Amino acid sequence: MNAINQIAAGTVVKVSGPLVVARGLHGAQMYGMCRVGRLNLFGEIIEVRGDHYSIQVYEETEGVGPGEPVEATGEPLSVELGPGLMRSIYDGVQRPLDKIREKHGAFISRGVEVPALDRSKRWRFEPALKPGAEVVPGDVLGTVQETEIIVHRVMVPPGVKGRLLEIGSGELTVEQVCARVQGAGGPVEVRLAQRWPVRRPRPVARKLPQNEMLVTGQRVIDMFFPLAKGGTACVPGPFGSGKTVVQHQLAKWSDTEIIVYVGCGERGNEMTDVLMEFPHLKDPRTGHPLMERTVMVANTSNMPVAAREASVFTGITIAEYYRDMGYSVALMADSTSRWAEAMREISGRLEEMPGEEGFPAYLASRIASFYERGGRVVCLGSEGREASLSLIGAVSPPGGDMSEPVVQSTLRVVKVFWGLDDRLAFARHFPAINWLTSYSLYQNVADEALGKQVDPRWGEVRRSAMRLLQREAELEELVRLVGVDALAPADRLLLEAAKMIREDFLHQNAFDDQDTFTEASMQFRLLAVILRYYEGARQVLSEGGSLEELLTLPVRERIARGKLIEEKDAARFDAMEKELDEQLAGVNREEPEQGPDVRGSGLGARG
Amino acid sequence: MSKEYRTIKDIVGPLMLVDEVAGVSYGELVEVRLEDGEVRRGRVLEIRESVALIQVFEGTRGISPRGAGVRFLGRGLEIGVSTDMLGRVFNGFGTPIDDGPAIIPEKRLSIYGNPLNPFARDYPNEFIQTGISTIDGLNTLVRGQKLPIFSAAGLPHARLAAQIARQATVRRSGEKFAVVFGAMGITFEEANYFISDFRRTGALERAVLFMNLAEDPPIERIAVPRMALTAAEYLAFEKDMHILVILTDMTNYCEALREISAAAKEVPGRRGYPGYLYTDLSTIYERAGRVQGRGGSITQIPVLTMPEDDKTHPIPDLTGYITEGQIILSRPLQAQGIYPPVDVLPSLSRLKDKGIGAEKTREDHADVMNQLYAAYARGKSAKELAVVLGESALTPVDLKFVRYADRFEDEFIRQGEDENRTVEETLDIGWRLMGVLPRGELKRVKDALVEKYWKPEEAEAVQPAG
Ligand SMILES: Nc1ncnc2c1ncn2[C@@H]1O[C@H](COP(=O)(O)OP(=O)(O)OP(=O)(O)O)[C@@H](O)[C@H]1O
Ligand SMILES: [Mg+2]
Repeated sequence: MNAINQIAAGTVVKVSGPLVVARGLHGAQMYGMCRVGRLNLFGEIIEVRGDHYSIQVYEETEGVGPGEPVEATGEPLSVELGPGLMRSIYDGVQRPLDKIREKHGAFISRGVEVPALDRSKRWRFEPALKPGAEVVPGDVLGTVQETEIIVHRVMVPPGVKGRLLEIGSGELTVEQVCARVQGAGGPVEVRLAQRWPVRRPRPVARKLPQNEMLVTGQRVIDMFFPLAKGGTACVPGPFGSGKTVVQHQLAKWSDTEIIVYVGCGERGNEMTDVLMEFPHLKDPRTGHPLMERTVMVANTSNMPVAAREASVFTGITIAEYYRDMGYSVALMADSTSRWAEAMREISGRLEEMPGEEGFPAYLASRIASFYERGGRVVCLGSEGREASLSLIGAVSPPGGDMSEPVVQSTLRVVKVFWGLDDRLAFARHFPAINWLTSYSLYQNVADEALGKQVDPRWGEVRRSAMRLLQREAELEELVRLVGVDALAPADRLLLEAAKMIREDFLHQNAFDDQDTFTEASMQFRLLAVILRYYEGARQVLSEGGSLEELLTLPVRERIARGKLIEEKDAARFDAMEKELDEQLAGVNREEPEQGPDVRGSGLGARG
Repeated sequence: MSKEYRTIKDIVGPLMLVDEVAGVSYGELVEVRLEDGEVRRGRVLEIRESVALIQVFEGTRGISPRGAGVRFLGRGLEIGVSTDMLGRVFNGFGTPIDDGPAIIPEKRLSIYGNPLNPFARDYPNEFIQTGISTIDGLNTLVRGQKLPIFSAAGLPHARLAAQIARQATVRRSGEKFAVVFGAMGITFEEANYFISDFRRTGALERAVLFMNLAEDPPIERIAVPRMALTAAEYLAFEKDMHILVILTDMTNYCEALREISAAAKEVPGRRGYPGYLYTDLSTIYERAGRVQGRGGSITQIPVLTMPEDDKTHPIPDLTGYITEGQIILSRPLQAQGIYPPVDVLPSLSRLKDKGIGAEKTREDHADVMNQLYAAYARGKSAKELAVVLGESALTPVDLKFVRYADRFEDEFIRQGEDENRTVEETLDIGWRLMGVLPRGELKRVKDALVEKYWKPEEAEAVQPAG
């Protein structure tokens, strides 16, 4: 929020919470930034009616009154993009919270001005092009080693095109010019850092269909409700159902190069948790601390509500910028409901006509345009780099009511729904993703991609397991009425197998060092061995084997610990399968009492 | 002396419009002088050109547009703080109402505070022993946490809150908690219960009390939690004290907020509560925590009564979305005569894992917690099944779980109001109860711990009366 030229000056006429109305800002534009009052509070014009300019103010407005000065700048709300973003923690309008603490202490005071990127730090710029080259937007001018693992590609900004006149090298600050391009309208200077308006999506060459999976190491997600790179997902659920833990797990373990974590109107302690943990956790793929590839935007619930509205845009613009460099990026927003509530509050103060539950009529279109910014793309630039931006939003419906507007508007646009269920959370089944109601429209992509990478039976195994779980739900209805003893042995076996899927596969403890992450290949082996047990046991049962004996096979203990097997020990699954087959073969068989009836309603019976 | 305006235009519920004002700012503190000389206070909720919308804390009854004068004080709502506040009782505005002397403030602070920078926080991880098994054993509280009690009309939340205030301690530290207590719209009896309990146990000397009672002006309740938290922040982060803040009853607070919102004709959210209730509550609850480099901490125990015992009502719902867990009280347990009637299964402390284990409580804590919880859940569902299908439908193992569940309620959940159990005692009771269960069913406990602590022969021993 530096280098701002004043283009209009006016005075405050009204203050109502985060909304200030000013008069006399002739020449100011919609979505232009302002400085409000003697405290120099930071805001943005969000409505113009005649001579009245409504400004949402990103800081607490207590003490501001009519007559105080307002200055408008020509620039729309923008973020600074350049080396130094990684490892940072920003508020909703990209003020660096670490620097603010250094300068102003533990509590955030008002009117503070600290640039988003460090002005004094020098970065070693390695030019990639020579003067005379013809460049187009997106072309990489040179690189900076931003963190141990992230190479920052300094790109020709959108709109700049022509012959490269000059290119720098060596130690530069973010404000220094690193290249000069002869554009149509004269020479253009390109600096290490650029600015971009947050409400405008950064352009790409074109969008691509998703064809690669975002492996998260979370078994219920990867196996049953997978997310593709560049895909969109939502995690709705009542309080305490595990939204934040899911988001943290994805930020920690998912197979992406860059993470942007937006804490939007949630708890301060949760941000602290990330800040304390990420520097110590190692990315399973690079072996480097997770913080090296993470940017955080933290506008917690007690921070100003207008900045909360902006935080999601600030986060996604930073994410798009790294996508443009060619990285696979994932953004988590916790929680989009708080973002929607911020819109509702501002809309109410503007006295707009309220829509459903008081939310503004444009709620659905705002949500849609947010998720629209995700995707797999070909980036700008002559290289034709491919990259992806995946978006995962938590939703916090009042009372867990999934019919409310934010959930409904979100479901209309996202492709994956991880529905969290408080009954599961209550039973301490985590992640509490309800396997009967959740869905993913990327299952086909996963079957194909992981079918190639892991095992051709990936899709088949998933479908068999899901059928077992669905059948379990039907049978449980019955059990509630008649008791478990009234079921046919085959159905009792099915219940037991479904329970194994739930407890030994789906249940995953995020706080256990080993269980927290499972490779895709090991997920497959684990689920496959459970199904092998079921199919084998069913066969033995139909041959007159004792159910009691089948249910107490010692190998089940081993299967139950299978979730902790790492890829390097994959042979343990071979041994487990062998043991299973032997134990199944060793079960005592008697003549079946009732002939074919014993097959009950197992899967085979249903074709 | 600032100018006195006699230009009150409209009066609606607790709100007033004052016209022809100049130099007024948003959030400014206001004094309203009635004809009989009574002075009330208010706050500017909106200022539009020369018209100010004012919320009057003591209510607008008796104010006549012609007769009353309005003065703008040029500052927001503040409280004068000092360590002399300890041991004193104040009203909702921070004015002493005991017979003690006036407080000479060390400084005056805005009650709205500034938001704590998330980067400056320190993660809560120090175990607080409350002496209550259902909390220490299963829903462990840590310093800097916000853990509300979800109660309902007629349940003993006041007794439980007072017991926590009395017993809470960080072991091995020798430090004592000071308590900041904010009462909003509670009855005289309840208020009196707290004051005399604090006095009886000597806790009063280490307590600061803000009292807004049922008969006091409802709008004054808006200020109480912020008065209390401003005092708490001062004591915690400037005087390095560990503060336990008890706020009761948040439901009354929310109702006051709803009243103002309705009078201002704002678009109502669920059940008539304002759409910004979440944000408003979070500016209260988020004022719990620890700050890097400061000695003190603020731990919050807000108490609320769930209207119609409904957890999805906006007040408990939005609270649950902000706090780090919840302790839920149960009417059926209360009906069984069990104190404290903590409904263990839906209760949760989200920070519990950070505060337990070998160095903090005991090595077996996590396993015992998981096992006791799982076994109780199983016992309860077996009991439910028995209701539908009869006890004969239960397997012998299930019957053991039923027996366990009954004893769990009777020996683990139930305890005396003055019974202050160490966490070791709590865990030992847990082991004694696990003695009822077959060895093979203790799946959540590591073998080595079972070897060390599990003594089934003691399960049947008659235990001393609590
Ligand atoms: N995968 C998991 N493994 C173990 N425990 C979990 C897991 N997921 C959630 N939990 C437990 O559930 C608690 C609540 O989870 P979380 O904080 O993610 O809920 P939430 O849905 O984000 O709630 P809110 O809406 O209030 O923010 C955690 O503190 C933890 O105890
Ligand atoms: Mg959460």
